[in-house]
Parts: sequence; C-alpha cells; structure tokens
Amino acid sequence: MPRYLRSPRPGPPPEYQEERLVKTIAEFRIPYHQVLDPQGKLVAELPEFAKDPEELLRMYRLMVLTRTFDTKAINLQRTGKLGTYASCLGHEAAHVGIGAAMRLEDCFAPMYREYGAQFWRGVKMEEVLLYWGGDERGSNFSGPQHDFPWCVPIATQCLHAAGAAMAYKLRGEARCAVSVIGDGGTSQGDFYEALNLAAVRELPAVFVVVNNKWAISVPLALQTASKTLAQKAIAAGMPGVQVDGNDVIAVRQTMEQALASARAGHGPTLVEAVTYRLSDHTTADDASRYRDKAEVEDGWKIEPMIRIRKYLMDTGAWTEADEEALKADCTAKVDAAVAAYLDTPVQPVESIFDHMFAELPEAMVEQRETARRFLNSGGHH
Amino acid sequence: MPRITLIEAVTMALAWEMEHDDRVVVLGEDVGVNGGVFRATAGLQQRFGADRVMDTPLAESMIAGMSIGMAAQGLRPVPEIQFMGFIYPTVDMMVNHAGRLRNRTRGRMNVPMVLRAPFGGGIHAPEHHSESTEAMFAHMPGIRVVVPSSPRRAYGLLLAAIRDPDPVVFLEPKRIYRLQKQEVEDNGEALPLDTCYILREGTDVTIVTWGAMTFETMKAAEELDKEGISAEVIDLATIKPMDLDTILESVEKTGRLVIVHEAARTCGVGAEVAAGVAEKGIWDLKAPIVRVTGYDTVMPLFRLEYEYLPSVARIIDGVKKTFED
Repeated sequence: MPRYLRSPRPGPPPEYQEERLVKTIAEFRIPYHQVLDPQGKLVAELPEFAKDPEELLRMYRLMVLTRTFDTKAINLQRTGKLGTYASCLGHEAAHVGIGAAMRLEDCFAPMYREYGAQFWRGVKMEEVLLYWGGDERGSNFSGPQHDFPWCVPIATQCLHAAGAAMAYKLRGEARCAVSVIGDGGTSQGDFYEALNLAAVRELPAVFVVVNNKWAISVPLALQTASKTLAQKAIAAGMPGVQVDGNDVIAVRQTMEQALASARAGHGPTLVEAVTYRLSDHTTADDASRYRDKAEVEDGWKIEPMIRIRKYLMDTGAWTEADEEALKADCTAKVDAAVAAYLDTPVQPVESIFDHMFAELPEAMVEQRETARRFLNSGGHH
Repeated sequence: MPRITLIEAVTMALAWEMEHDDRVVVLGEDVGVNGGVFRATAGLQQRFGADRVMDTPLAESMIAGMSIGMAAQGLRPVPEIQFMGFIYPTVDMMVNHAGRLRNRTRGRMNVPMVLRAPFGGGIHAPEHHSESTEAMFAHMPGIRVVVPSSPRRAYGLLLAAIRDPDPVVFLEPKRIYRLQKQEVEDNGEALPLDTCYILREGTDVTIVTWGAMTFETMKAAEELDKEGISAEVIDLATIKPMDLDTILESVEKTGRLVIVHEAARTCGVGAEVAAGVAEKGIWDLKAPIVRVTGYDTVMPLFRLEYEYLPSVARIIDGVKKTFED
C-alpha cells in the first residue's frame, strides 16, 4: 500500500508538503454558514428577508405544520392506515428553507422526505399520504406540474435536475433546477456525474445534500473520508458550501444565493445542509439497533424548531399564546388532510394500464381485460 | 430520390426532425464535432449548432438521466450510446425512471426520449462492442424497443420513435449500417410503430427475425425457394410492444414457425414470439417451433464471431427441422 494511503487524515504526509516536491497550483475553501446558533442567538447579520418577522413566521408556521404532519403520518403507519413512511423529523429547517428560496417556476427534484419544501410549493398533505398509502395519485400532486415526483433510487434525481436545468438553459428560461439527496447519496456515481455535467455546462442547478449523518444504519464516517460533503463540488469545478441545516434562515439565505447565481448564468452550486435524522430511516426501520441514545439526545439539543421559536419570541414576534393557537391550527389542518386521504377511494384496476403509454398498445389490451375479470380475486392487505 | 444506407437514413431522419421540431436535441459521446463514431450524427452539429447536438461527458447513466430530465421538461432528446456494450449503466435510468415516470405521475409527466445505440456483432469490433441485449429492454415496462432493418425503415421508424410521447430504445444493427442502399424520400413520413413488416410473402413456413439477421434470413428464404419451400419472412421491427397478430395470421397460413435472432437464446425475444404463438396459434402449427439464435455464451471475440451469429446454413437447417416427421 502506498504510504500516503496509510497516513492519518487529513492531508498528505510531510514529504509531500515539502516545497521541492509539491507546489500549490490550486487551493479551495469550504465556507460554512449559520445565522442562528442552536440557542437562537444571532451569530451573523440577518439577511434582508429575515428582517420581516412575517416572512420568518411564514417559514416557522410551515415547519410546525410539517412536524405535526410527520407525527401524524407515523401514527397512521403504526395503526395500519399508511404504508411505510419516511419521516422528516429534524429536517424541517432544511426542507422549508429550500422551498422558501425557490421560485415556483423552478424545478424541484426531491428524494422522498422533503415535505417541508413541497408543502411550500403547493403539494398537499393528503397527496403525500396517498403516495405512502400506496396510491400513484400522490405523485400527481398539486403545486408546480414540472416538479419531479419522489425519487426512491438514490441520487438518480440529480441527473434529472441537471437535465431539467439543461432544458431551461437551452430555451433561455430564467429557471433553476434543485435536487436533494442525503449523505448516502453522495456515494453514488449519478451524483458525481450530475455535478460534473452541470459544472461543465454551467447549468442553472443547485444540488443539495441534506446531511443527516445516517444512511439507514450506515454512519457518515463509513460513507466518506471527506471532511465535508460540500467539498465534493470542488472536483466537479463548482462552489460547495456548508450550511447549518437546522437554521432555516441560513438555509434559505444560502439557497437564495446559490439560485441567484445559477439564474444569473454563473452555473451550479453544491449546498450541504448539515442536520440530524431524529427519526428512524423509515417506519420500517429501528434505529435503536445501530445508534446510541446519547447521540440522538444531542441531536434534539440542536434541532431546528428551538432556535427559530426562541428567536421569534426574543424579538417579540411570537408568544406562547400564538404557539398554542398554531398547534391547534396545524392539528386541524392535518386532521382534515388525513380525512381527505382516508376518504379517497382506491383507483379502478384499469388505472394500472392507463398511464404506461400515451395509448395502450394493442398487445396489452388482453392483460387489462384479465385484470378487470379477476378484480378482487387476489389477496388483500 | 437519394439512394442511401441505413446509417445515412438515421442521419436524415434526425436532421428532418431537428429541422421541423426545435424541441429535438441530439446528445452523446462524440456525436458533435466528430459526428458519431459511426457517423450517424455527421454534419448535424454544423447545421443545428452545439446546443442542439451536444458532446456530453463520458458517462452513460448521465446521458440517459439528463435525457429523462430534459424530456420531462418538454424537450425531445435523442441520446446516443456509442455501443450496446456500454448501455448497461443506463439500465437504472431506463427501468426506474424512463419507463415509469408517466405511470407514477398518472400522466402528469412523460419521457419522450429515444435512446439510440448500435447493436449486434459482425463488424470485427473489440470486446464489448458486439452484443445484442434487446430482450433486456423489452422486459422493462413502459419502454418501446424498435429495431430497423433497412434504410427506409430506419428513416420512418426513427421519425416515429422521436415523435412518440414515450421512451423508445432504438437499436441500430450496425453490421448492416452500410450493407445496402435504398431510395428513401426525405419527406418526414414516419412508419407505424408497434407493427411487423412482411419482407417476403410465402406459404410454407413463417420466419420471424429482426435487425441484421433479416439479411441472412432473406438469403435462406431464397435458397429454400430453390428447394420448393416458400418462406414468409417477417421483420418484427418493434420488438415491444409486439405485433403478434401479424405473426399469428402468417402462421395460420404457413403452419410452421422459425425464429431467428442474434442474441443469446435463453429468455431472448424469440422465446416471447414462440410463447405468443404457442398460446394463441398452437393448433395452426404442423410442427414444433424452431429457434435459430446466438448461443448462451459470451459473444466471442471477432475471430469466432461468425460462428456465434446464425448463418444462412443454420437458418436453412432450422427451417428444414419444421418439415421433419
């Protein structure tokens, strides 16, 4: 094994740092952005949008709604009324921050737990429930019709976003594409291929990595030897920035900057939003098998709701009474969405054939007849 | 009317459609300045510009993935994969996304892309350049698989594929890229997809084939004719969805079925043709169905590639089996 591979990280062994062997021909830096610390203390200058308390409240309210929804969805799964569900617990700031920074004409290519961003863009809660409740109509969602549906194969959506950005660039439209993956997604070839393409073609795209430290049971330390995930941008030739993913103000500001840069023709950015997955991977997972309680407890200390609520209260924009009213309002909205979901009848069996092609090929007509003829003859859930 | 080769017909169809539909974009490795390693996109970049005829980075999953993204946002990408041996990184994109996006969004989004690739053996190419794995794509729900076998069909079927609102894998038999010239009118007229083409009418045996094997099959049919056996030759053309009706009609007439393909036998498209005829037309058969195919081996390097590809003699032998008692 070459000696440099055995050297302790970071950095090459001393002989490689000697002037006579190496001269520096390029240097890189990874900026880190945070506006509110975990205790809600302002640690950087407020961006313009955050000076308007109403704008902060808009984000905060959606974060609370998203968490209320998430709790309810897990309960629905536990009581047999929903299939496997991917929780977004702890990701509310990252997701809402992304959504709030985007324009509706931009294109969103999510993975499968970015509900906060999608709610901001007009996706309905009952549509999310329909999807995880085993009904394709969930992905025929409200909101921008050009947004991609949830993407389960990891990191493939990075390339769809790059392709969308290519389409906008070719047509001269001032639109951007935003994809989201997790930390595990950065190990995929498609992620690198998308970054490489977007940078080489200066595409209007923003690639977000929501680093929640876990890819199901595999911790970040087994996923990468990189000090940051943002630095994966460097090899592709684009800026990479790390942001406190639990700080909704910082996420939105970082995303707005990246989107503005993309829109102005300066090409893509990789944004790493560092957060923590407070939940299991999905309802089919039990994280207690592989994760220390203490680590999760630490995660709860820096979670995204505390700091923004504290900041809003400290600045007089929010009160305990407001909080109580909001909780009641969110519960009512979620309950209404659950009722709408549960009241949605199953699709007719033909629907599994209806959207395979623009027109059903003759060769499949008989299969559709068979499906009709044997309706309800199979096993039931 | 120009007399052109199959590959020139591909270029002509691409040019026609780019001229008449500005949503059409060609992309791939070396398709731009170089005009493609086989010259399928020759002259297109000069004519339509580097934005619409794009040399991409060298990554096949990327080529398919970005095409899906472009297609879903209203373009009509026609990506080229340089050889079928390099198409496998696209499989995830094709099976998980291209073939599914319309269905999973209940028709909200669709993927009008044509993934072009030269396929098949017989050109003395290096390793990984001679495979025929059309069955793999035919097995993917939501994907059409089309194989032209003449300049005229290449022109008409490629136009149809590009105009189709759903993903098409368009496999070009590179062995016959320049084998034959045909008069092809550059009139923008597409041929129907999802249908077979009867290349030769006959009464005693039906031979179903596609791609480059249509040539060996037609030669075999001529030889058989001398021996008094009248073979009907059907070019499957659209591998999926399959036009079984035309095949069944023919078998009803001839009572015998031979399937010829270059690809490995097991789970090849021939098995699907045979099963379809067995299910719907077995009482018309006077003899067991015969398949003349590539072997279930790795495609040999080129010194032995013609031992792998079904020969005229093997096809004749296969046909004669259907006349044995």
